[in-house]
Parts: sequence; C-alpha cells; structure tokens
Amino acid sequence: MTYLIAMGTQTGLFALLALSLNLQWGYTGLQNFGLVGFYAAGAYCYALTTTLLGWPTAAGILAAMAVGTLLAYPLGLASIRLRIGFYLAIVTLGFSETIRAVLVNEDWLTQGTRGIAVKLLFPGWGAAGNQTAMFGLILVAVIAVYLLFERVGQTPFGRTIEAIRDNEDAARSLGKPVTGFKIQVFMLGSAVTAGAGALNAIYVGYLVPDQFLSIITFYVWMAMIVGGSGSNRGVVLGCLVLVLLLEGSRFLKEVLPAALLFSDQRMAALRLMIIGLGLTVIPINWPRGLLGRKEL
Amino acid sequence: MSALNAMRIDKRIGGLKVLDDAWIDVPENHIIGLIGPNGAGKSTFLTVLSKFAEPDAGRILTRGLDVTRRSPESLAQTGVVRTFQVPHEFGELGVIDNMVVAAKGQIGESLWKALLRPRAVAAQDRDILEKARELLAFLGLESVSAHAAKNLSGGQKKLLELGRALMTDPYLLLLDEPFAGVAPGLVDVLIEKIQSLQKRGFAFLIVEHNMDAVNALCSNVFVMVQGSILTDGSPRKVSNDPRVFEAYLGGKA
Repeated sequence: MTYLIAMGTQTGLFALLALSLNLQWGYTGLQNFGLVGFYAAGAYCYALTTTLLGWPTAAGILAAMAVGTLLAYPLGLASIRLRIGFYLAIVTLGFSETIRAVLVNEDWLTQGTRGIAVKLLFPGWGAAGNQTAMFGLILVAVIAVYLLFERVGQTPFGRTIEAIRDNEDAARSLGKPVTGFKIQVFMLGSAVTAGAGALNAIYVGYLVPDQFLSIITFYVWMAMIVGGSGSNRGVVLGCLVLVLLLEGSRFLKEVLPAALLFSDQRMAALRLMIIGLGLTVIPINWPRGLLGRKEL
Repeated sequence: MSALNAMRIDKRIGGLKVLDDAWIDVPENHIIGLIGPNGAGKSTFLTVLSKFAEPDAGRILTRGLDVTRRSPESLAQTGVVRTFQVPHEFGELGVIDNMVVAAKGQIGESLWKALLRPRAVAAQDRDILEKARELLAFLGLESVSAHAAKNLSGGQKKLLELGRALMTDPYLLLLDEPFAGVAPGLVDVLIEKIQSLQKRGFAFLIVEHNMDAVNALCSNVFVMVQGSILTDGSPRKVSNDPRVFEAYLGGKA
C-alpha cells in the first residue's frame, strides 16, 4: 500500500511536469529541454524560504512558482525572439545544467552536495501519514492544473497558441503577436513546473543537487510523447506508463519463471532493456501517443 | 492616397542585389498584378512589402502610413494581410478554427480575460463564428468546415488562406501566387471570388504566373525583371511590349 502511494505520488509529480511541458510543446511548439532546472529552482526556493525565512507552506509554494515564472521571462525573451525553435532548446538545457552547478557550488546558500532538509508538512502525523497527505495534495494539484490547462486550451488564447504551433509565419501574417504568446506560455508552464518542484521538496524531505539531473527532463518528454502530446489526458496517462515501466520492472524477478532467474546484475540490465522496449514499442504502434489528438 | 505605395526599395541577400530600386503602387479598390520571369525577385518583393523581410533602402506606405520599419504582425494589424505561395494552413486545426482564430481584436486572446470574463469572450466568439461561417459559404468551403485543414486539397487550402486573411478585416491583400497548384476547375472559382471581393471594396496585389488569371483580374500590371520594375500598364499593353517578351525569353525574339 505504501509502495502504491509512493508510485502514485511519483506519477503525480511527473504528471505536473508533463502537463507543463504539454502546454509548452504540445500546444505551442516550444522546445523546453530545461524542465528540470525550473523543477530544481522551485524545490530549492521552497526549501530555503520555509527553512531559512520560516515562511508557511503555502507562501513557500507561491514563492517557488513566482521564481519559476521570473526565471522563464528573460530566458524566453532572449531565445524565443530569435524565432528558431532549437535556440530555446539549447538555452533551456544550458539553464538547467547551470542551475545544478549553482546548487552544487553556492554552498553558503544551498549547502552544496550535503543537501538541505525540508520540514515535514504535518510533524505530528509521522512518516506514513505525511506520505498519504502529500499524495492527496499532489493529486489535488494535478487535477487543478489539468482543469486549468484544459480550460486554457478552449479559450481564444488556447486556439491562438495552437495556430502558432502549426504555422508561426501564418500567425504573424494575421497580426498575432507571436513572441508575446510564446513567452506567456513559457512562463505559465514554468510556474507550474516550479510549483511541482516545491511539492517534490516537501515530499522527499531532503534535497541534493543530484536529484535534478537532465534525465528527469527526458523522462517527462518520453511520458508526453508516449501518452500523446497535445492531449492533457494523454500525457497524464503517459506518466502512469512511465512510472509503471520504471518501477514495475523492479518486480520482474518475482514473475519470471525460476529457470530464467538471473543474477541481480543481469536483472538490472534486463530491466533497462524492458523500459527501452516499452518506450520504443508504444510510439511505433501509436505514433501520436496513446491518447494523441484525434484526426479530424 | 494609395492602399500601398512603395518606392526605391533595395534588398540584398548575401552579395546579390535581389531588389534594385523597385517600386509599386496599388490604388484603393484595385487588383494589381506583379509578373516577371522566374528569379526576378517578385516573391522577395512581396516578402519585403509584407514586412517578413527588411528592405535595405526605400519606403513603404500603406494608406499614407509609413510602415517601412514595422513588424509583419503590426502591419497586419493595420489592415494589410498576405498569403503564401505554399499554403500555410494551421494543419491540425479544423477549417472553421483556422478562420475563427484569425479574427482581430479578440478579448479572449488575453489569458486573464479569457479565464476571468468567459461571458464576454463567448459572446464575441458567437459573432466571430457567424462571420467565419458566412465567409466559408462564400468561398464554397462550408462542406469541409469540420475537416482538419491539412487534409484539404491544394486549391482548397488557397481558398482557406484567402478566407482566413479576410477574417482580419483587411483593406489590402497581398497574394503570393494564389493560382499555383490550384486545379484548373478551381481557378475560375478563385478568379470570380477575387473579382467579387474587389467589388466589395478590397484592394489586391497579386504575384502570379498564370497570365489568363492576370488578364482576367488586373487593371494594372507591373513587370519585374532582375529586381527592378521594367514597366507597368494594362495587361494588354504590357503583354504587347517587346521588352517584356524579351525579358521572358531571354533574348530578341
């Protein structure tokens, strides 16, 4: 049961990231390869404001979201204005590595690789109680963000960003201020990403820079593509598939017949192969993702 | 005052002078053609006029307003909209959504207003939708209005682009080879639509190779050769000009 809650929480955190990325890439076509940088910035912002400054939980989460938004603005302005998609990809990838370098080296603030402890949400509830509470909180956050982004998608704002994704020049020729739309989307997505970072900080209780490697960004991209970019429901499903593959493959040993039982080392390699196979087979059979946008 | 007036336009791309002292004049409510052999610089000229590229020299006035240094977005806001030689449809969107998204001055394009003032947005959307339906009916596209735009034929995409441009309430449309890749049967339809729009008060600048269409549509034709305007005049006058003949065939005929 505890393990299921842990998997559910993991899925929920990935889902928040995937929903943000889906808004940026699935709806708008922005290539954000620095998702984990905003995630880390949000997590550390939460940890520092609540421990050093003694801010309450809600204020810490809001501060994290504000930091995500404020970081996205100059990054977006610098690269989106250049009008070539992969500049943003390069800039954001560099940004996320820079953030990690700052977390490692600015010891006076972040305690470097020694890490930083985050207070439990409900000190009286014990570890299991807190885990369950965090699962609930993250679930609520996922539902709220899902509903918000679905709503955004239905507004004139939403159809304009989809038009920009499909053909930027055409959108410009019709008088749409493309750069402004893209920067707003980048900031909104980054706010949610950083908010997810804050929730992650509360959940894990202890932050070290190595929790924020770029592989997280790529996991989220995989989850989005597997689930179906452009579909909010799809990308949440994609996160579930991702976590099932990442975590479920740990149980392989128990379901394999005894004759096939390998050493632990071999099992670890086999696990990676199965994850890779899963992430290959799904896009081949569902090129638009499991719940990709339907053909009209 | 002309809908569009551009003078002394120069444009270099690398070492090549693609536009050299080019000029054009599009009076209100007229259909003006821009013709010339391949590589003469017509498309570049249209790209500069629509502000998708910066001229190195010269001035562009639309209804007397100097737009030489404007962005394409801001030029479009003033009522000058271009279409593209290769259709630039919003492929994943439905045909009707391609139209609706193009409308100008939408309250709901502001994220906050879209979320906080849903009623005002919905009311405006109803008007926009009605206008989009009317235009689709005018263009004969109502039967495909629910299709994804990417699934239309080449000619239908051209019609859709024309309709999408009209959704912005322009006074001048810059059309880059509107007849290229359009099935012969649809050419006449497109000619008729453009003529009927001219009667409604729109002005057009059309870059085109299809001389039958140019003859049918244009009151005045500019001939571009090697980045400069060689001559201009009625389609009949221009097509009887020996210099134009020579430019196309590359030598004395």
